[in-house]
Formats: sequence, structure tokens, C-alpha cells
Amino acid sequence: MASACLLFEEELRGGASFAHVLKRGTSLRITDLHGGANVPITLFNFELLVERYNMADTLKQQHTAHLTQGHCLYSDMGRVLCSITNDTVGWHDPIGAYSTRASVAKKYGAHDYQEFRNDWYTSTRENFLREIGKFGLSIRDLQSHINFFSKLQVDLTGSMHFVPGNSKAGDSVELRSEMNTLVIIDTNPHPLDPNPNYEPKPVHLSFQRVDAPAADDQCRNLCPENIRGFINSERYFL
Amino acid sequence: MSERTLIKSKLDAATAIHDEVLPAGEGWIHAVKKGETFRIVDLDGNQAADTLIYNLHDFSERYSALDTINSQGNIYLTTGSSLVSNLGNELMRITADTCGRHDTLGGACAAESNQVRYAIEKRYMHNCRASFMAALMSWGHEKRDITSNINFFMNVPVTPEGKLTFEDGISEAGKYVEMVATMDVAVVISNCPQLNNPCNAYNPTPVRLLIWGAHVS
Ligand SMILES: [Zn+2]
Repeated sequence: MASACLLFEEELRGGASFAHVLKRGTSLRITDLHGGANVPITLFNFELLVERYNMADTLKQQHTAHLTQGHCLYSDMGRVLCSITNDTVGWHDPIGAYSTRASVAKKYGAHDYQEFRNDWYTSTRENFLREIGKFGLSIRDLQSHINFFSKLQVDLTGSMHFVPGNSKAGDSVELRSEMNTLVIIDTNPHPLDPNPNYEPKPVHLSFQRVDAPAADDQCRNLCPENIRGFINSERYFL
Repeated sequence: MSERTLIKSKLDAATAIHDEVLPAGEGWIHAVKKGETFRIVDLDGNQAADTLIYNLHDFSERYSALDTINSQGNIYLTTGSSLVSNLGNELMRITADTCGRHDTLGGACAAESNQVRYAIEKRYMHNCRASFMAALMSWGHEKRDITSNINFFMNVPVTPEGKLTFEDGISEAGKYVEMVATMDVAVVISNCPQLNNPCNAYNPTPVRLLIWGAHVS
């Protein structure tokens, strides 16, 4: 087991967002405090913001349509931004959409700040835009994201089904940064979650300094593609 | 959508206002105005037509694979599929399809993804992102405008166990897909030059692109 050194930790309430540059050699552990969390995350290369997380490349390079321990999160430039080094959930959704102000109002009713103060209803797109705007990015830069802790199953006809109860209280996932990665985190519900009530769940965030991936690292060696993805990330820092 | 329902078009190629053959490996950008109908013909079979769609008047609004598949609750595209933008608006709608299923999860090939998928040395092979870049830059746009795409005629099934596989194509020579523009759009196509993938038998081939004016039948 790699050694880890806690840098800081905090709780991210439901419906809130956060941006952090997860430096190469650090990790972010996200813990679902009550169960049923949904944590949309999108990623950028902090030094080259036009390089961003790419759903299609992440999936096809690892021959998977769901994400779990051992998988890498790829940029559109053939590099590993982060790898999933620990996961007690087993399935995170890379193909679901995110919520918007319109979809939240339609599903749950509008709840504005004037009346509800910090219990107002937010949406992932609004929160993502607010966070990436601080880095000079705009709607043009939002392309794809992962809905951590959520499970969407695709049947043989191609229909997508939200699977309730995928994540339990105490479940966690850990992302190790292989680059200086701008991580944008939100905690709004999955748009296909059948729960009729707006009940975004809080999560605990723990930032740690971790050892560099070893030669026998599980993520590096998951498939030949990941060995080459790590080579591309490592060459970037030479 | 379990059975592939094949819907033929009533449109006659002789009445098209635009008709051209796009060779393998070439890029293309063209306006399709509201009400116009756009057809892509897989001339020789199992060719991937990697396609991006934009609001013609504001390229920050563009096709979104995730919004499209989530709005219809299904990952495959065919007749009836609404091609949805990142702002939740319909850009185009598929009105005829003799192939029956098209992919929008597999993305486009790039020099860098070829390195990961095949070998580090594959960087130098021609790829779809290069064609997308050339087409977009010719209209004053840039890399950050490249977004999720449709792979017309590609077969990329997802299994209930969450695996993603590239299967042999289900298209064949002469199959086509046709869509009507719901707003003025710009369509960008990279007629894929991929030489590493058995889907196209390592042999990229041309596609035919036709546009009919609004109010034809
Ligand atoms: Zn291609």
C-alpha cells in the first residue's frame, strides 16, 4: 500500500461545486457520506486548458462503458489526467448527462435564492460554468464529464436505465492526479435519478500527497493502452 | 428501438441542390439551413462519417452526444433521433435511415488517441481530428470548438455489464442516413482515414453528401 500524507479535507454540501488544481502526485478521495450521492466531475490540463477530459477516448481506449478502480481518465491529447486508484463502489457513470437550470426546474420546481437562500436548487451546468469561468473557460469548453457514484445500465436495445442504490454510505473513490489537473466537482443529482425530490447529497473530500505510480501500478498495467497513456503523461513532464 | 427499423427516403437525388462525393480521409464543412434535408450515403460500406453539428450563427451551441442520448434514453441513433445541442435544443432530426443504428459514444480518432490505442509511433498517421481542425479553422474556429461527434455507420455496442466494444459494421454499400435541419446549422464531416481498425477492413472509402432545399417531398 502506497503511503499517503493528508493535505486538507472538507465537506462539500449537496448542490455545491468546487474547483481545485490537483497537482501531479496528489490524490482526491471522495466519500459518499449518506449513500446515493452523485458527483459530476470534469477535468482539464491546468497548464493547457484546451486539453480536457474526453469521454469517448476514455471509454474506447479501455474498452469500457463504466469506470472503476484501475481505470484512467484520459484527456483528448492521449494523456492520463487522473487514474482511479481506489474504489469501493464499482461503477461510475461516464455517459449520463448533467442537470441544467431548466431540467431542475421542470423536475423539482423552481427554488430561487431569494426565498430559499442556500437551500435553493442549483444545477450541474450552472455550477460547472461558474467554476470554469474563474479559469477563463466558457460553455465552449464543457464537453463531457463523469457522474461519480451513479450507475446507468445499457440494455441490449441500447436503452439506458438508472440503477438506484449503487453507492452506500461510506463508499469512496480516489483519483490520483498524473498531471496538474484542474478538477471541477459538483454534487447535483443525476438527471435520470427517478427520485422526485431534489435531495443532493453531501460528500467528504480528502486531498492527499501520494507516491508516484510504481512499475507494477494497477492503473498503469490495466491494459496496453494505459501503459502508453502513462508514457504520454510522463513525457509531458520531461 | 430493439429491432432496427429501416426507413427509406422519398427524396430523389436528381432534385438535390447539393451533391458531391467526399473522398476517404477528407474533411468538409457546409451550412444546412432550417428545413433543408441532408443525406450521407455510405457508398462502399462500413465507412465512418465522423460528424459535428453547430448552430450556424453561434458555434458555442453545438451537438452534444450526452444530451442527445439522455434525451432519448438510448445510446444509438436512428430514424426519429433528435440531435440535441449542449443547450438542449434540437439541431437536426434523423428522418430516414437504411442502416438502422449509428454510434455517438466512440468519438473521433486523433493522432494522440491513435498513440494510446495502437502504438506510440502511430502519431504520424492521418486522423479525424486533423480533418476537423482544418475544416473548423477554415471558418475561423479552433480546437476548443471540437466536441463530441456522431459516427454515422459505426457500430459501437455497450453491454449490460458496462463493456464497450467495436463490432463489425452493420452498414453496407449504398446504405444512407438522412436528417432535416431544425435550425440553421453548420455540419462538419471527417470522412475517417483510420487504417488501424478492422471495422472498415483497413480500407477507408468515399461517402456521398446530398442536400435538398426546404419544402421538397
Ligand atoms: Zn477517424
